[in-house]
Amino acid sequence: MSAVLLIEQALNGLQFGVMLFLMGAGLTLIFGVMGLINLAHGSLYMVGAFAAAAVAGATGSFLLALVASLVAAAIAGVLVEVLVIRRLYDRDHLDQVLATFALILIFSEGTRWAFGSFPLFLDRPEWLAGTVMLPFGIEYSLYRLFIILVGLAVAAGLFWMIAYTRIGIQIRAGENDREMIGALGVNISALYTLVFALGAALAGFAGAMIGAIQSVQVGMGEPVLILAFVVIVIGGIGSIKGALVGALLVGLTDTLGRLLLPQFFELFMEPAAATSVGASLASMAIYILMAGVLLFKPSGLFGSTA
Amino acid sequence: MRRETTLNAALMAALLAFPLWAYAVDEPFLITLTTRAVVFAIAGVGLNFALGLGGLVSFGHAVFFGIGGYAMGILAFHAQSYTPIIDGWLVIEGTKSMPLIWLVAVIVSAIAALGLGALSLRTSGVYFIMITLAFAQMFYFFAISWPAYGGEDGLSIYVRNGLGGLNTMDPIQFYAICYTWLVVVLFFVYRAARSPFGLALSAARQNEARVQAVGQVPYRLYLVAYVISGAITGLAGALFADLNRFVSPTMFSWQTSGEIMVFVILGGVGRVFGPVAGAVLFILLEHVLGGLSAYWHVYLGAILLGVVLFARGGLFGLIAGREVAHD
Repeated sequence: MSAVLLIEQALNGLQFGVMLFLMGAGLTLIFGVMGLINLAHGSLYMVGAFAAAAVAGATGSFLLALVASLVAAAIAGVLVEVLVIRRLYDRDHLDQVLATFALILIFSEGTRWAFGSFPLFLDRPEWLAGTVMLPFGIEYSLYRLFIILVGLAVAAGLFWMIAYTRIGIQIRAGENDREMIGALGVNISALYTLVFALGAALAGFAGAMIGAIQSVQVGMGEPVLILAFVVIVIGGIGSIKGALVGALLVGLTDTLGRLLLPQFFELFMEPAAATSVGASLASMAIYILMAGVLLFKPSGLFGSTA
Repeated sequence: MRRETTLNAALMAALLAFPLWAYAVDEPFLITLTTRAVVFAIAGVGLNFALGLGGLVSFGHAVFFGIGGYAMGILAFHAQSYTPIIDGWLVIEGTKSMPLIWLVAVIVSAIAALGLGALSLRTSGVYFIMITLAFAQMFYFFAISWPAYGGEDGLSIYVRNGLGGLNTMDPIQFYAICYTWLVVVLFFVYRAARSPFGLALSAARQNEARVQAVGQVPYRLYLVAYVISGAITGLAGALFADLNRFVSPTMFSWQTSGEIMVFVILGGVGRVFGPVAGAVLFILLEHVLGGLSAYWHVYLGAILLGVVLFARGGLFGLIAGREVAHD
């Protein structure tokens, strides 16, 4: 195996991790501020992808499609928050799980009804097609590089917002003590809606970016949602930094596991058996990583011990 | 008689009478439909043991349902192809005998529940929900990527497995087996909930600190509950696989976990017969709404949302009142 392949796969892992961060950041913010577990986050990812595919199909502009994904997912997020989620903040987690599970059913079947069961395709724009030469003679997909850069930029923007803006201060204060910032005159319900819309927009944006690599179809959100759960369990629920570290760990483990594990088993097994054992283990690698983290730090790498 | 008791009796009587009526008017499809409801009910009763009694919100019970299914699938597959499962100094053959398959399904899912529970129960609350969901997904991907037993396509079994002199391919006879299991499981759960263990578990759900103060270890109580719960759901998985004569990774999917949870909630959490009512209602909805529209999950979602937001306590809560019985 060449070093070039390894680096290329590591970049793929980075790209995967960055997208997982966009999902995980929203989930962890929503949980941190509102104490809500939101299974419908994957549906918002799907809404973003479908909105992007629809707009790209109508206008042909990729940038407009990305904007559409942000706007559509944020609007869907606000609607869902105002109509349903708002009633769930005081409920226990079981009610939240069920209500948001119900939302998944409604979103998925609603989308199937509106767009049909066949996958849509979102084409990458011409200016992002092809490959780019990186140092050391590595040829890498320009679009994937674009995802990595945009994702990292969004992550940086998010960290800046949380650390330095007024909204960020309110979000951090909300994580610490909800009643207190309400008493200090912050409009809590507007803040909740805003945080939910922000999380939704991030998820929708991720959906649109990934939609151009994979197909846009109903049910695309839930596998990513469950991976995002793994990410925030590893990172510690409520911690944005944890979400970033967890996302990169999961992205790299998954991608490199698929590359390296079959080759590792080939050292002492027949090639056919090694491929199947390696592939099976690779599909479980991130969950084993999660189990490992749980053994030593039950509340995640950056979670509070409370 | 209290209203809940009346409802329980009516439910079980209906589950006896309806298939018999269907048998009399020769509607084998309706019998099979009821069998599905009964098997789902067993899975729900299993989850309810952890969820209702122990307060453990497990979103990963598809693991045990799937393990039960694959226990049946793998054993029967080896028996029908006359190949041993393990062929070394120790030879393990497949089997077409239902009792053996049930035993294997229960034991393997109990062992899985012990391992997963020991890990997951180190956490609680929302972590527990996400972790159980994630581990279920791990099994799902494993089942898909393991080619020996069909991978994504699953395994088909030609003939249902055997039990004594019964003709298990006859819908009504297979229904009798499932119904008997439902009664046995319900009786077991009813007794277990009133045993010293069940009372301690229930107390741990309500107030962990106090239970600890009187010398019980909540972690151990939860773990035992999780193992029992997984074993029951595993049994349901084996029956479900036998019903369809087919297993596939879908049994491990997160949707399956969600559906098992829906049975419990639709019926009413923490009531012994709740999952039975929930599973029957689910199958009824699936049948009626599925006939109305191909997009029936939208209506199911709306109904579920309505139940969670406005009718807490499920069907039992609506009919028999909010208060969960204390006797």
